[in-house]
Amino acid sequence: MTNSKGRFGVHGGQYIPETLMNAVTELEKAYEYYKNDSEFNRELTELLNNYAGRPSLLYYAQKMTKDLGGAKIYLKREDLNHTGSHKINNVLGQALLAKKMGKKRLIAETGAGQHGVATATAAALLDMECVVFMGEEDTKRQALNVYRMRLLGSKVIPVTTGTATLKDAVSEAMREWTTRIDDTHYCLGSVMGPHPFPTIVRDFQAVISRESREQILKAEGRLPDAVIACVGGGSNAIGSFYHYINDEGVRLIGCEAAGRGIDTFETAATVNTGRLGIFHGMKSYFCQDEYGQIAPVYSISAGLDYPGVGPEHAYLHDIGRAEYVPVTDDEAVNAFEYLSRTEGIIPAIESAHAVAYALKLAPTLNKDKILVITVSGRGDKDCAAIARYRGENIYE
Amino acid sequence: MSNIKKAFENGKVFIPFITCGDPDLDTTAKVVREMEKNGADIIELGIPFSDPTAEGPVIQGANIRALAGGVTTDKIFEFVSKLREDVKIPLVFMTYANVVFSYDIERFMKRCRDTGIDGVILPDVPFEEKEEFQTIAKKYGIDFISLIAPTSFDRIAMIAKEAEGFIYIVSSLGVTGVRSEITTNIGDIVKVVRENTDTPCAVGFGISKPEQAKAMTEVSDGAIVGSAIIRLLEKYGKEAAPYVGEYVKQMKDAVSV
Repeated sequence: MTNSKGRFGVHGGQYIPETLMNAVTELEKAYEYYKNDSEFNRELTELLNNYAGRPSLLYYAQKMTKDLGGAKIYLKREDLNHTGSHKINNVLGQALLAKKMGKKRLIAETGAGQHGVATATAAALLDMECVVFMGEEDTKRQALNVYRMRLLGSKVIPVTTGTATLKDAVSEAMREWTTRIDDTHYCLGSVMGPHPFPTIVRDFQAVISRESREQILKAEGRLPDAVIACVGGGSNAIGSFYHYINDEGVRLIGCEAAGRGIDTFETAATVNTGRLGIFHGMKSYFCQDEYGQIAPVYSISAGLDYPGVGPEHAYLHDIGRAEYVPVTDDEAVNAFEYLSRTEGIIPAIESAHAVAYALKLAPTLNKDKILVITVSGRGDKDCAAIARYRGENIYE
Repeated sequence: MSNIKKAFENGKVFIPFITCGDPDLDTTAKVVREMEKNGADIIELGIPFSDPTAEGPVIQGANIRALAGGVTTDKIFEFVSKLREDVKIPLVFMTYANVVFSYDIERFMKRCRDTGIDGVILPDVPFEEKEEFQTIAKKYGIDFISLIAPTSFDRIAMIAKEAEGFIYIVSSLGVTGVRSEITTNIGDIVKVVRENTDTPCAVGFGISKPEQAKAMTEVSDGAIVGSAIIRLLEKYGKEAAPYVGEYVKQMKDAVSV
């Protein structure tokens, strides 16, 4: 019978080489044990609170609310975490788990570099060796993050295969894992890949909605009308949605990178333009051609520039629980500038996709409505690229 | 008995691999015929995939060249139909889950039967996920080939019991590619396989030299070679057929000793 492990409806599963099967089984067993282990949870909470700086703020964006003239806007400030994004939530969990499993080495893929920096950080803190795979194209777009990872003691390997972006970095990290399993944990950065990764990463990121739900109840005495987050693989989005899934009145809105538009080939909006397929260990939606060849997707955002989406998002889409909307490069850049100017918060270009949709949605809603937008990361890393997008000749 | 199993009845087998359409299908056709003429017992035909995660740089390169040349799954089926006018030895497709899934598994397996394909290898479909593919393959008489890796340990018996055609033993950790030495104890794996099935087993990944092929077939039933052949395609392009033929002959002679 069909493998029921790690399924979200028809999505998920474990489509990986036989060489890795015992590794993912071992990981699953370890996770099932440690997730209920009080000592593990105490150590992780300690790291999240005293190292990463949790809980993160739920900030009322008063000026933005007033300016848009509609729904009340709150920002969940994952950009304030140590290393500058939500990625640290998952990385601290996985690195600690890997350490408990006796692993001495972490490998990771990275797109924008945020997951790579977070993994390099955890490796430095926990005395582990670390190798990060990054598409060569992205090492150029995010040169500063490459330096950061090296500064933290990690090795960065530029990946030149395929489109030299995030999907190729994932492929190369998987290849590396099949080469060296005994002492190495693959610290996957998003809610994707083979089971148990989508579940593990979701659980470690669920801290975002666990906090924001409490924070909004405290601030407003009620739940928000919508939660908005950007979606590449979908880790900050699933973390932002998770504790609201059973709250039927809360709209869950994932913002996909449409690149130059979903009617062009230069897009990475998987749910909007992809179809069901099997890739990178999972069944889910993928941008692909009629023969199942994975499409060379495009987005200005290196972190959303991925042809697939996590299986739980594919499922939330299927059952109509979450909505996935496309946001173009132009809209994201406008939102990047808008939030900087209006609230003095420079969001990551990834997070700017979520902000961009809120700019459209908020004015259409009454003033008694509440939106929570996850600012998944800070935008310092993007400043040079956005300046260039606007025609300024700035280099890092 | 399937044609694949029959191919193992007359001694040790040699299984060469080639990516269809690298650099074009005319060349692939010439190479396949040279392989058969020079003693190949079964041929693995790769349907290229944009992101072949189980492959090393050499076969990745072949996938890129083939796709750049415009080859598609439909063109490959037409090509196999023509090959079957004279090529008699078993032919096995090696590709990735999404190529089959996206074509529609039922439609894919039916066309395999209609064009004369004997088996399918999908390196990203492990035991736990094979049901979806194997049930339909069986319906059309296509062997679904299982893989066993150096890290399979307690999984070997379970995989062997449900194996069809032949078992593909992955010689080493990592991806496909030429290796100077193979350190896995293949004999130990084969022993467990034999205790659980009479399905033959062939070893692949990392084999390039006649002496390696000989050593591998001393402990198993066959040797599979991919990257070393793709290197000849890389080097000689459209003129590769005679070079591949000569290489296949050497390798077949080595495994037959």
